[in-house]
Amino acid sequence: MLDGVLVGAVYGLAAMGITLIWGVMDVVNLTHGAMIVAGMFGVFLLVGATGMPAYGALAPVLVAGFFAGIALYWIAIHRMIGQPPLMSLLATFSVNLVLIGLGTAVWGTVLFNVQVSLPGLSLGRYTFPGTHIMAAVLTAVIAGALYLFLYRTRAGKAVRAVAGNREAAELVGIPTTRILALSCGLGVALACVSGALIATLFPFTVLSGDAYQLKSFVVTVLGGMGNPTGALIAGIALGLLEGLATPFMPVSWTLVIEFVLFVVVLIAFPGGLLSVRLRRRAR
Amino acid sequence: MSALLEVQGIGKRFGGLQAVDALSFSVSEGEILGMIGPNGAGKSTVFNLINGVFRPERGKVVFRGEDVTAAPPYRVARRGLARTHQIVQPFANMSVFENCIVGACFGRDNLPLSRAREAAREAASLVGLGERLDAPAVQLTIAGKKRLELARALAAQPTLLMLDEVLAGLNPTEVAGMIEILRAIRGRGVAILMIEHLMQAIMSLSDRIVVLNSGRKLTEGAPAAVARDPAVIEAYLGDPGLVQRNAR
Amino acid sequence: MARLLRRPFFWIIAAAILAFALAPHGKDVELREGLLLAAVYIILASNLNIMLGYAGYVNFGSIVFFGLGGYFCIWFMGALHWGLVPAALAGGVAVSVAALFFGLGILRLRGIHFALATIGVNEAVQAFVTNFEPWGGSTGIYLSTELFQPLGGPAQALWTIYYVLVAIMGLSLYLSYFVKNSKFGMGLLAIGQNEDAAAVLGVPAPRYKALAYSASAFLPAIAGGLYFFKGAFIQPADAFDLQLSTEAIVITMLGGSGTIFGPALGAYVYEELRGWLLTSQTFANFQLVVAGVLLLLIVQFAPGGLMGLFYRRLPRLKRILE
Repeated sequence: MLDGVLVGAVYGLAAMGITLIWGVMDVVNLTHGAMIVAGMFGVFLLVGATGMPAYGALAPVLVAGFFAGIALYWIAIHRMIGQPPLMSLLATFSVNLVLIGLGTAVWGTVLFNVQVSLPGLSLGRYTFPGTHIMAAVLTAVIAGALYLFLYRTRAGKAVRAVAGNREAAELVGIPTTRILALSCGLGVALACVSGALIATLFPFTVLSGDAYQLKSFVVTVLGGMGNPTGALIAGIALGLLEGLATPFMPVSWTLVIEFVLFVVVLIAFPGGLLSVRLRRRAR
Repeated sequence: MSALLEVQGIGKRFGGLQAVDALSFSVSEGEILGMIGPNGAGKSTVFNLINGVFRPERGKVVFRGEDVTAAPPYRVARRGLARTHQIVQPFANMSVFENCIVGACFGRDNLPLSRAREAAREAASLVGLGERLDAPAVQLTIAGKKRLELARALAAQPTLLMLDEVLAGLNPTEVAGMIEILRAIRGRGVAILMIEHLMQAIMSLSDRIVVLNSGRKLTEGAPAAVARDPAVIEAYLGDPGLVQRNAR
Repeated sequence: MARLLRRPFFWIIAAAILAFALAPHGKDVELREGLLLAAVYIILASNLNIMLGYAGYVNFGSIVFFGLGGYFCIWFMGALHWGLVPAALAGGVAVSVAALFFGLGILRLRGIHFALATIGVNEAVQAFVTNFEPWGGSTGIYLSTELFQPLGGPAQALWTIYYVLVAIMGLSLYLSYFVKNSKFGMGLLAIGQNEDAAAVLGVPAPRYKALAYSASAFLPAIAGGLYFFKGAFIQPADAFDLQLSTEAIVITMLGGSGTIFGPALGAYVYEELRGWLLTSQTFANFQLVVAGVLLLLIVQFAPGGLMGLFYRRLPRLKRILE
């Protein structure tokens, strides 16, 4: 039950993908679920084709996700910047349709699995599956790398600047379009790699993305829009909640509860449950 | 004259910044009250606190005898308070006429669509847009958009009109035209609370002036007195002796 | 009333209703089924338009109205032995009331959050119904064909249902017009342009949005009742299939959101395209891909849809067609 915390970390990672894109360019990426699935299939295919260990596939998936994100930016998002949010929503939604449509055409709705065996860890009453521990550790590594990037590099600083105020960033000479594309690449990379990690934990289908996308949104909203730290913490909280609640109710209800949580938090706490926030200046 | 709008000790903080601090003033029926102050003094925030966009953490806002401190913007508008914005917010894909109809429909008199069209036409003529009713709002110049914003607010038949830098960005001819329009509006019994930076304009239009600095009221009174007040001069220019020295 | 009769749109819609009703000549079942599906699309799209095209709020899960309406109708008929008309109407009312209730809650959310919440509403209702035994749970409800007797037997009943659905299609288009040209509609359009400015002008945004949400539920719910009664069977997977509401969004955007005839035009073009593509088996799976590509192109290059393109070329058309 407590190992929900570990799974939750991965949820947090996925949510960081959403919150990054949202915070930097005010766009809700509705391809997020599809990208998670892409990461899942990425691992599956690489492992199947090359026989490499599942965790070795993470790096290529991350890189591929990054480039996919940049492509996504140029195909669907670039022209939508500055337009009403409805437009970018529909744009990313349409790409999602295409991706899921292609996915179901190729792979149907069959269940897939990536075989990973790792020794688990037992502490007293609780057992933590090895895969869960590994996933949480890798999440910490990736999240740490993201922080280093955002707070210790010039590019990262540029990203934070654009997130704070795009016009001002442009005025001080930051190439905003390139930064936007970069951020989109990062966001999608995070989605893909979290999908890859989830693939090592649970079986999946082409349609699994929906559920994880909803979880990502719940986490984003809980943690506060545009707040990566909040996303991570909220993700762990959600994982914990899930772990504690799932023994007591049928699986189909978890999504309903999460949805209700999502709406309630949005209505009651628009800034997220955590008070630490990336300050967004009103235009 | 009874106070149309009474602001009592309102305060608002944004993070580390106390944007408005213990501010009190009032607007009487039919008067023009000018609000001036250096940039960042909190003037637009005061507007937002009055018409319900922000909620004051402290203090009360009483409009036409009713406590509207916690009321959402549409409820305050229904009571007869209209407002224009510093950065114009036209309904871009609607025509001038349609913009004004929206104002007329949802204002104080809650007019049905047919009567709203009349009120809209009238408001548009008053600001000089009577000939351009069918123009899409997005095609107007800045001056045109400012007039539209004003017409839209007027169409709502307000008792109090709050204007946020309605003269900014206009050339001298346009400013003169707008001043005439504002005088005509006041002539119809509408009270006006206006934020302005154009000193000559606001000094000549206003019956009284209230001066804000760093979220607090610095002083208030007749325009001439306020213009000579050393504290006001210091707030704008930093050196109260400057005026005297330059006069010599 | 007299002024209404002089407006071209009134006659165009009436002509469309007649065309739909008369085309199958009372015998061509295949054509009827095709037109019935088109009518359903038009009903879903033009009601969706009230939220999407006027107020600018995307309702991804609008299918929930259709499905719930279906469930209510079938349940009223099967368990409570009501006739088709009262059952369908009651379904419409029940769903609208529920939508009003729900709407007051989720419409406090702005654009994006609301859109996400609507997906959730659909998922939540589907999960609930799947676990709800009195409504058949995941297996659904079967209606006995006896229930077709009062309508003159199964074959005759299908024709009656078709005509009623065509009438509802017409009503949806008329409703679209009346909303758009009412004070309520002005408020919605203002909200769609700039919700904050609209509120400052006195538009009671939360209430109006909830009303629009509820109004956009009524006719689709009734249509859902008729549609599922026709099949004498309803189950959660069909009733709450997001694909239909997704296609409704694409259709509305394709035809032109915010216009009266946009959804109808979009439905027609989409149906043609689909029919043409489905002739080859490989493309059958690509329905959603096509929809996605279409939507992407429209959103980026022609956000006003086909009607938008027409209006740009022929502005005077706007006065005639709305």
